[in-house]
Amino acid sequence: MALPPYAGAGERAWYYGFRFFCGLVFLFLIAPILIIVPLSFNAEPYFTFTPGMLSLSPDAFSLRWYEDIFRNEQWIQAVQNSVIIGVSATIIATALGTLAALGLSRPFMPFRTVIMGLLISPMIVPIIISAAGMYFFYSNVGLAQTYPGLILAHAALGTPFVVITVTATLVGFDHSLTRASASLGASPPTTFFKVIVPLILPGVISGGLFAFITSFDEVVAVLFLSGPAQTTIPRQMWSGIREQISPTILAVATVLICVSIALLATLELLRRRNERMRGIRAA
Amino acid sequence: MADVTMERPVIQTADGVPLKTKLRVTTRNNRLKAFGLVIPLLAFVLIAFIFPIGSMLLRSVDNSLLPSLLPRTAAALQEWDGQGIPDEATFAIFAEEMVAARKARTIGRVATRVNFERSGMRSTFTKSARRLAKVEAGPWKEALIKIDKKWGEQGTWTTLKVLSEPLTLTHYLAALDLKYDDDLSIVSEAEDRQIYVPLFLRTLWVSLGITVLCLLLGYPIAFLMATLPVRISNLLMILVLLPFWTSLLVRTTSWIVMLQTEGVLNDIMVALGLISDESRVQMIYNMTGTVVAMTHILLPFMVLPLYSVMKTISPSYVRAARSLGATPATAFFRVYFPNTIPGIGAGSLLVFILSIGYYITPALVGGRTGQLISNLIAFHMQKSLNWGLAGALGALLLGGVLALYILYNRIVGVDNMKLG
Repeated sequence: MALPPYAGAGERAWYYGFRFFCGLVFLFLIAPILIIVPLSFNAEPYFTFTPGMLSLSPDAFSLRWYEDIFRNEQWIQAVQNSVIIGVSATIIATALGTLAALGLSRPFMPFRTVIMGLLISPMIVPIIISAAGMYFFYSNVGLAQTYPGLILAHAALGTPFVVITVTATLVGFDHSLTRASASLGASPPTTFFKVIVPLILPGVISGGLFAFITSFDEVVAVLFLSGPAQTTIPRQMWSGIREQISPTILAVATVLICVSIALLATLELLRRRNERMRGIRAA
Repeated sequence: MADVTMERPVIQTADGVPLKTKLRVTTRNNRLKAFGLVIPLLAFVLIAFIFPIGSMLLRSVDNSLLPSLLPRTAAALQEWDGQGIPDEATFAIFAEEMVAARKARTIGRVATRVNFERSGMRSTFTKSARRLAKVEAGPWKEALIKIDKKWGEQGTWTTLKVLSEPLTLTHYLAALDLKYDDDLSIVSEAEDRQIYVPLFLRTLWVSLGITVLCLLLGYPIAFLMATLPVRISNLLMILVLLPFWTSLLVRTTSWIVMLQTEGVLNDIMVALGLISDESRVQMIYNMTGTVVAMTHILLPFMVLPLYSVMKTISPSYVRAARSLGATPATAFFRVYFPNTIPGIGAGSLLVFILSIGYYITPALVGGRTGQLISNLIAFHMQKSLNWGLAGALGALLLGGVLALYILYNRIVGVDNMKLG
């Protein structure tokens, strides 16, 4: 929406004023990330830019907080736990969620709205209520403070994202393809793996990524359900923020930002691949 | 005429089954197949998620503690009419069960439960049980009143009567700042003891404020992205999506780093001479911190639905309005803006739903004044251990969220929810 050459002074001022305001909003969105990355290289244990950092003197920067992550037993344990719990929960959520999405997309699905509502509920219910409910239940069945308990809890919280993304991929799925495959003699499993899976794979992977990030970033259920042995990265950051912020947290945060950039790039690639495969031209 | 319809041949499939029957069987099989695919997840969600939440919410009406630990007293008090104080027989049963409960070491649980309803009763209970063990014989009414005057008050006994019913509304009353009066009528709490209704209202107002802020900040940038060439708007989209994908705790941490009194923003303001070094502004660990951090976290949820609606509005609408003589403002408000209302509805509802149940950010940056209703539920879960009240507050919150969600589903449809 470029400014037309005949625009008057008022229109011109409004145009640049609007752009300036938008610039400020974008700055607001990105500022926390822009601030935290350089501060994580601070040589001093402060949370502000030292004069040395501002004059770009090499002595003011260091990697000591990154080394700290690898020396600290608790952080190493937290990273391991986050990966174990995140990956296991993602596998459960993706497998169950994909199957359910396949069922929900069939034209003959009974009680579709009610079932969809129930399956989406972990995303809707405020997390504090979910965590409190699961705390009582998992304590009663002896799953509190265990890995399986946390994995099941995180799997439940992650399934809605898989269901939503895979269902979205299946909109416009051509069911005659499966019939064609069957009429050419493929058994149902062959049809599933050779025809259906390649077509819905982008949706499954992005749903899985959502489920993984949900678990990877989840702290409230962990607060209620985990024992000292199941501390995850967010749990460790939580206690770090509550007790005393050490710049190690900033280093961890920077690493997590890199992880989210990688996830974002993967999702974008998947989206483009999905559009290509289904013949949708990029708008 | 009837004969004609009788004689019409029934259409059959190749194997001689009537087509209608065959169709019914096929449809049923298809339904069963579709349902079979959903069953595993449905069972998992029901067992691992819905059932736990349901049973936690049941705690809000559960009142079985007193009837199970002091069964005969509870039975006697259920009979009592609530006028004055109970008779000698009830006192005798009560005294006997108190001594037994002390031996069984369950008196503490009873005392804690009663104390939630009537503060100060914990010590009365433990003291009375201890001294009663030494009293040989009645009259028990006099003995108990001698130990503590509170046993002569009607309110003490009406409280116990309320706690003798197996189901109760006391937690819901407490969650709404109401209580049973001494004569069992429902009255509101004293002004200075009202906590929950003001907190609910504050949560609503804060959520509304955050929604409006998100709309004011999000609408312009969504508009800008929707009207710029795709190449540039995709780049700007990264600025929206990157924070969206960044860990919540990372973003909360960076707001602490930016806003604290020794933080980046205060340093910049001091360096620019806007404020003096002594008068640094307290921007975090209060409501300001909560609102700023939550607006930042929820802004992408507003921008994404707005953007996807605005993308579908053809620029020729506004051009047509302009060419017909509308001023830019008229063209915007009469033509463009009404077209974006579905996006505004979707984004606002989503942000509002997410913010009324928010926990993490207020807990970390809210300090004492920036807490929301979720934080109080967590407090009753973890600190005061008043699980019934936590359940009642949770049920009220959940009811509100579900109502809004149903509205969202009507307007937007959960299938159309945009995830990144």
